[in-house]
Parts: sequence; C-alpha cells; structure tokens
Amino acid sequence: MTACWFTLVCVSEETLLSGTFEQLAMPLFERLYNFACWLTQDRQEAEDLVQETYTKALRGFSSFQQGTNFRAWIYKILRNTFLTSRTGLKAAATVSLDIEGEEEALPTVKETPESILLQRSDWQLVQQALEHLPVAYREVLLLCEVEEMSYQEISATLGIPIGTVMSRLSRARRSLRVAVQEMQQKLPEAEPKVRARG
Amino acid sequence: MVCETWTEKLDAYLDGELPPAEAKALGDHLRGCPACAAESLARVQQKRALQSAGQRFTADPAFRARIQNSIAARPSARWSRFLLPTLATAMAVAIVGALAITLNHGTRGQERLLGEVADLHIATLASANPVDVVSTDRHTVKPWFGGKIPFTFNLPELQNSPFTLLGAKVSYLNQSPGAELLFRVRQHQISVFIFQERALGSLRVDDAAQSALSFNVRTWSHNGLRYFVIGDASPQDLDQLSDLIKAAG
Repeated sequence: MTACWFTLVCVSEETLLSGTFEQLAMPLFERLYNFACWLTQDRQEAEDLVQETYTKALRGFSSFQQGTNFRAWIYKILRNTFLTSRTGLKAAATVSLDIEGEEEALPTVKETPESILLQRSDWQLVQQALEHLPVAYREVLLLCEVEEMSYQEISATLGIPIGTVMSRLSRARRSLRVAVQEMQQKLPEAEPKVRARG
Repeated sequence: MVCETWTEKLDAYLDGELPPAEAKALGDHLRGCPACAAESLARVQQKRALQSAGQRFTADPAFRARIQNSIAARPSARWSRFLLPTLATAMAVAIVGALAITLNHGTRGQERLLGEVADLHIATLASANPVDVVSTDRHTVKPWFGGKIPFTFNLPELQNSPFTLLGAKVSYLNQSPGAELLFRVRQHQISVFIFQERALGSLRVDDAAQSALSFNVRTWSHNGLRYFVIGDASPQDLDQLSDLIKAAG
C-alpha cells in the first residue's frame, strides 16, 4: 500500500500581503540600511530607523497601491521617520530645507587636469565631504548616485517637484565639489619620496 | 548657444534625464568644446566617486535576520477561523497517513512472515532428508516432539482422507522452535507448521486464505498456536487438510 500525503493550505489575505511585502522589502534591506546610516550618521540609530521603517511599511502595506513604485514608497517612509526623529529634527532645524529659492554664494569651481586627476580616486575625501553636507543635499545625492533613482522617483520619495529635485541636485553637487577641493587644499603636501643627496 | 546654457543641462544629461533631442545636441557640443568636455569629465568623476563612497555601510547579518523575522508571514490570533480548519485538516491527514503507514507496515510484516514460511517449506522439499522422524503414524510423530518444542498439539486422523503423513521435524521461525509436519496428497507435498503465536513477535498475519511465492497458504490461530498449511496442492486440498487439523484440536 502506498501512503499518499497531501496538504490543504488555507491562506488569508493578510498572509499573502505579508509574503508579498517580504518579497518586495527584503531585497532593499542593505540599501535602506546604508541610506539610514548616512542620514543618522549613527549605526544604532540607523538600525532603529530601519526597524521602524519596516514596521510602519508592513502595517501600511495594505494601503500601498500595487503597481506603483514600492522603492520610492518605502524610502519615503524611512525619510519621514528620520525627519520626525530627534536626530532628524535637529538636522532639519540646523539647515533649512527650503534653500532652493535662494542662490548660494558658492565658490566657482575651475577644473584643471590636476584637479580632475585628484578627484578620480579620492573617494575617502568624498565620504568625509558627504558627511558634512546638509542632510537635504546628502539625501538627494545618495538617492540619485547611490540608489540611482530617476528624478521622478526622487520627487516621489522626497515629496518635492522634479524641478526642485534638479536644482537641489545641482547645488548639492556643487557643494560637494567645493568641499572636496577645500579638503584637498588642506592636505599636507606629500613628502618627496627620494631626497636629493647633498 | 553659449557654454553656460549647455553646462546648466550637463547634470540632467549625465543622469540620463535629458530628452533625446537635447541629449544629442549636447553630445555634439561636448565633442567640439574642450571646456565643456572637461567640465563633463569632472562631473562624471564625481558621480563615480560618489557611487563608490556612498555604498559605505553594511548591516550586521543578525540585524537582517531580526528584520526578516519581524516581517515574515505568520498567523495572527484573528486568523483562527482559517487556522482551525487547517489544523483539523492537517490532523486528519496525519491520522490517515499514520494509518496508511501502519497498514503498510502490517502488510509488509505479513508478506515477510508468509515468505519465511514458504522458504521453510521449499527448504524441506529441497532437502535430501526432509523430515527427522519418518512415520505415517501420528502416535509416533507426536511423542517424538516431546522435549523438543515448548508446546504440544494433536495430529489429525487421516483415515478415509487423501492425505498421508510422511514425517516431521523441528523447525524455527523468528528464532523460535516449532513443529513441521509433512503430508502428501497425490503427488503434492504439504507442510504444516505450528508455532507459538507469541514467538512471532510483532509479525502478524490474517487468518484469511493467502498465497506466498505461488504456494497456497492457510493459516489460523488456536489455543495460542499459529498454524500454517502451505503447499502447491489445490486450495481445496489445503482447506480439507486444514479442517482435519482443526478438528483434531
């Protein structure tokens, strides 16, 4: 006699939603964590932020419209959660987010072959410069360059018009370049590797 | 168009956000303008540096596992209306499955037991000395077993029957001693095995008519003894011999 096994599975709508959420959300985990670290600049705070983001997103997933941009949706939750956190409120209070309407007096960047060469591999300087950028610039740069979001996605994530995305990106890039160049100028000049014999 | 106008569009161009016509025009300009080409190169370098620098933090695997567990699909209390029928169904399936396995196990045990009985019968047929006591007299054969097996039994009266007692010997099944009686009906030989029921251990067999390795088999239990009648004779012959043995008690 052959023993036949079968399983009858009853799945609720909530189970399906939870399974779908997991499939959509977990591939973004590392990127969300990286983004959270850049925003909070503290790993423990970043973990709390990511944890809260996933909890909120799962809770509100039934209101997420299938077919729309899930990535922009969950990044928006993370960013809004950050902005209402103590660190986020502090960052927002320090630097006005409404800086698009004003022209900033940034130094003109003149590129020379040497400056281009210096920028090529100086990603550590870029990291330091990025750390010191206002959070509004930092986040738009990360969303564009690291997350490779389109202007449309950035617009949806940050809740600002596309034109504002473009202008903020432009200013953020210019600020970063200025910051990197200033840091390069402060670096001690390299010692000659071979001293001339007297 | 002056260079300043072009450089305003340079970011969108490098981000792939410029409309195709404008992107083509800007590309043409860059090929002919060293200053704008240098500015473009600098911005590309910065983009690449930022892409590398931005991917800086890696999460602890334990933290990832915590997140994964916190969002994994799991039942909640209000799912009981789904859960209970599911559990009931699962239990029913488990019971049916366990029963099927038990029956399967029992069937296999019976097949094994009958197979061993058939082997004993074949070994007897193949032996040059099929029996240890050669006698047609039941009053000789029965006492012969005294002290050789831990039980006693009655032999049938074979007068006016087609069966002839050829002899007997001690046999073993499941490491337990028993009696083997050899009968003949016309040109067929039939073995009758008698073992203690408890000696069979976990092996069980139905009392219904059986067959093993093409031999016909009859088996029953009486007074704690298990009887097997096996041979290549007709089923009617086996039934008749079985009835005679049963009648002897």
